[in-house]
This record gives sequence, C-alpha cells and structure tokens, in this order.
Amino acid sequence: MKPQVTDSKTNIAGSSVIPLTTVSNEANECLFEYLHAEIMNYVVGKNSNDSNLKEGEENLSELEWMGFGVGYRIIERLTREWVRFKDELDMIKFICTDYWSSLYQKQIDNLKTNHHGTYVLQDNEFRLLKHLANNTSNNKQYLRECPRLISFTCGLLRGSLANLGISSIVKAEITLIPTCKFHVEVQRV
Amino acid sequence: MSSRTGARLDTKKINSELFTLTYGALVAQLLKDYENVEDVNKQLERMGYNMGVRLIEDFLARTGSGRCYDFRDTAEKIQAGFKLFLGITPTITNWSATGDEFSLCFESNPLTEFVELPDTCLNLKYCNVLTGVLRGACEMVQMEIACWFVQDQLKNDNVTELRVKFIKRLEDAIPAGED
Repeated sequence: MKPQVTDSKTNIAGSSVIPLTTVSNEANECLFEYLHAEIMNYVVGKNSNDSNLKEGEENLSELEWMGFGVGYRIIERLTREWVRFKDELDMIKFICTDYWSSLYQKQIDNLKTNHHGTYVLQDNEFRLLKHLANNTSNNKQYLRECPRLISFTCGLLRGSLANLGISSIVKAEITLIPTCKFHVEVQRV
Repeated sequence: MSSRTGARLDTKKINSELFTLTYGALVAQLLKDYENVEDVNKQLERMGYNMGVRLIEDFLARTGSGRCYDFRDTAEKIQAGFKLFLGITPTITNWSATGDEFSLCFESNPLTEFVELPDTCLNLKYCNVLTGVLRGACEMVQMEIACWFVQDQLKNDNVTELRVKFIKRLEDAIPAGED
C-alpha cells in the first residue's frame, strides 16, 4: 500500500503533493494544538459562571493542573536515558534547550537568572501564540485571551520541574504576541 | 551541552507522547467533572467533532486530495488521515454488502499507549474523540456518517475496531434569499 494520497484525476494544476511520511511530525503538532484548544474552551466554558471572579478574570487553575500532570509524566520519559544533572541551573538549561525543542519545536530564546532561584525564560515565538499575530501587526488584539493559551504550559513547566525535585511557581508575562516570558520562582524550603 | 549524551531526544516521539498524555489528562478531568460515564463519552465525541471540523482543512491542504468518488474511496482517505495525523495505518475490513459500512481495525493506538482502564470505567469509550473527529471531518465534505466502537483493546479485545456507516450526502446549503 502506498502511503500517499496523490489524486491524479482531480489534481489538475499539478501542484506538488507532499508525501505523507515527511510531514507527519508537523501533522502531529497541529493535532496537539487542536486538542489543546478544545481543552481550553472546555475549562473556560465550565468556569465562566464562577461568581467569585471579578470582571475579566478567568479561573484557569484546572488548565494549569492538567499541564502539571502532563509535565510530571513527560519529564520522566524525556530524561530516562539522560546523565544526572549537576545542579539547578543545569536542569533549567535542559528545559530551555532539549525539553523545549522536543515539545515546542524551538528552543527558548533567552534565559535570565538572578542566581537566587528566579529564572526568566523568554520565547520570542511561542508555538501556541504564533498563529494569533505576527510581528508586523495586531500584536495586541488578542492579549486578553492569552492567559488561556499559556496556563497549560505554565503547569507543564511546573510539573516537569517538580518531578526533577524543584518546587516552583511559574507565571507568564506577555506584552506583545507571540513573545512570551515564563517566570520561574524556585521555592526554597 | 552536546557532550552529555550522544542521542538527541526524538522530537517526533515526544510530540506524540505529549498528545497522548494531554488527552489522558483531559479524560481524567472529564471523569472527575461528570458523574455519568455516558456524559464523558458524549463530551469526548463533541470535542472530537470540533477538532475534526478543523483537521479536515489540514488534511486537504497537506494531501491535495479531491472529492471522494464513492465510500470506498472515503475509507481509503480516512485511512490516509490516520497515517498522516497519528502515524498509524488501520486496516479496512468488514464491508457491508451494500457498501455503506466498513470497519477500521487498529492493532496499536497511540492514544491508549499508557492506558489501563480501572474496573469502574467499563462503559468509558476512551478513544471516543476519534468518532467525533471522523464525523466532523466528513461533515465538512458534505457527508453525514455515523461512527462507533465495536471492539476495544482496553476491554481485552484483540483489536480495536471502529465501525463507520454512511448516512447521507449533505446538500450545499443555499444562503437565504438566493436561489
């Protein structure tokens, strides 16, 4: 069986049809994005009647919690054959490079730290935001909706760090879409 | 950083694991939110529908495939869709005599990779999102289908079997005021 669905009869223009084998990675990517969108809509819709919320606020803690669970599990599989990390900074570097690129197809663009447990991870084109705006226009149009799109990832980060032995608080900051800064504050006991 | 291990992470594999685990988190959340397992099945189907409505555009754009000539053609394209999006090739079997029903058999299913069903969830259709995806996608190409699971590996069947039935062709809706 040929893994191609080239349809010669209707494809009159002769446009190039990409063989399925080469695009399946990218395909998997959009599957996650659509699933994420559904989960987001579900959580937002379910909690929209919450009377404890002020105008314009949303309860996204469930979204964050789901991310936490996924992060907690996936880091085990990612680091299974990895050499033991030297220290905290080493783990954060791993998060910025291999971890981020295997989940979001690119590395973190900028890492800052005060060497006292605060890290700022900046992604200049965050995958879940990049279809909302490009760098030329409309950078602020959907700013209000952005927290929905990043809560899951905040949880993902927190969960992964938790399973590496770092308990933390992860917040995100967006001023211009699609740039996103994740603030990781390590909780010392 | 390159000195640590020779092998880089397998991006493709991780990406599909991210999907699998995220889906698992969703099912777990739904089971917590709804008392009735039937409601969970319904909710999964509805979410799948919404995904299918959007996925069909990706499918058509990536494959460049045109209209289906008959339902057998549709079956092959659905199969190709599974290959494209989930990297699996289900087998097409059990055609009904009239040619309006077939089964897709999955030997492995990435959605259920890390899953075991507890006894309390025997009525849960864990992969019900797939039925919704197929229904939504087909509706966008003017086809109404019905779709359900007849066998499920999570319930100790040998294969997972998804039955697909053609219901009717949807006519293009004419906008109000135009003939």
